[in-house]
Amino acid sequence: MQTNERGLRWLETGGSLTVYLEGDIDHHSAQTIRSRIDTKLFLTRPEELVLDLSRVNFMDSAGLGLILGRFTKASELGVGFRLSSPNRHIQKILDLAGMERIVPITAARSV
Amino acid sequence: MDNLKQAPVPEEQKSTDCRILNECRIAFPSLSANEGYARACAAAFCAQLDPTATEISDIKCAVSEGVTNAIVHGYKDSIGEIIMTLRMLPDRVVKIEIRDKGCGIEDVSRARTPLFTTDPAGERSGMGFTVMESFMDSLRVLSNPGKGTKITMTKKFSLIPRNRR
Ligand SMILES: Nc1ncnc2c1ncn2[C@@H]1O[C@H](COP(=O)(O)OP(=O)(O)O)[C@@H](O)[C@H]1O
Ligand SMILES: [Mg+2]
Repeated sequence: MQTNERGLRWLETGGSLTVYLEGDIDHHSAQTIRSRIDTKLFLTRPEELVLDLSRVNFMDSAGLGLILGRFTKASELGVGFRLSSPNRHIQKILDLAGMERIVPITAARSV
Repeated sequence: MDNLKQAPVPEEQKSTDCRILNECRIAFPSLSANEGYARACAAAFCAQLDPTATEISDIKCAVSEGVTNAIVHGYKDSIGEIIMTLRMLPDRVVKIEIRDKGCGIEDVSRARTPLFTTDPAGERSGMGFTVMESFMDSLRVLSNPGKGTKITMTKKFSLIPRNRR
């Protein structure tokens, strides 16, 4: 796993770019996270963008907006998109939004 | 013994028992950095009920939604005061009130519709009220356009023995 100068943790394997989100995702933190992911996405242009949620402690509806925004951005670039490893609290809000019907969610940390 | 003299509470009165057993109030400016502060305060207040991890997560999420709305919608491009009141009621019920003196909501029932947002450019999901409704037991929204908004939420905490959590 690598960390760039802006504090984003990611892993590139094959055509996949996995970004490891961490801590609390709310309206306050979403803006910074968004620009970090988008910058990396534009520079890397992977086949697939994976957002790994295993290290996320807290997420509210701002996180839903962040995820859907990245999904839209990836689709515009012809990049595949997937969520990975949400804990059960994060899964609850994903379920509420029907996220599984929009983007694939994989449970195990399959990279 | 005082309680020996008390008459038993009739069944129909029990549910309307709204004695306040504890009350904390915080006031803070509508800066996004305070979203985390408000969540932590609410979680700490509820800790007296020995809640489950899911209950704490639900409370944090609902408070985060209410406070964020006051910040991004109520006070839009300005900074104003947000007041959050946490109340402990009988039977393990917590009541949370979040107030702003911002722009208010024209049509509350439309605002509460899932996916509705007046700020589609801001990557909002329009799911804030839906989260508050589903993660709490009740949500009341009172709003006065031009004057502000007050939301009141309640949640009844379960009584699950520690070893079965
Ligand atoms: N405190 C508030 N003051 C003014 N408008 C509000 C407030 N809370 C919510 N709203 C309005 O209700 C709408 C729906 O809120 P919500 O369900 O949280 O979705 P979102 O915040 O993603 O737009 C908002 O877009 C906004 O127009
Ligand atoms: Mg909202």
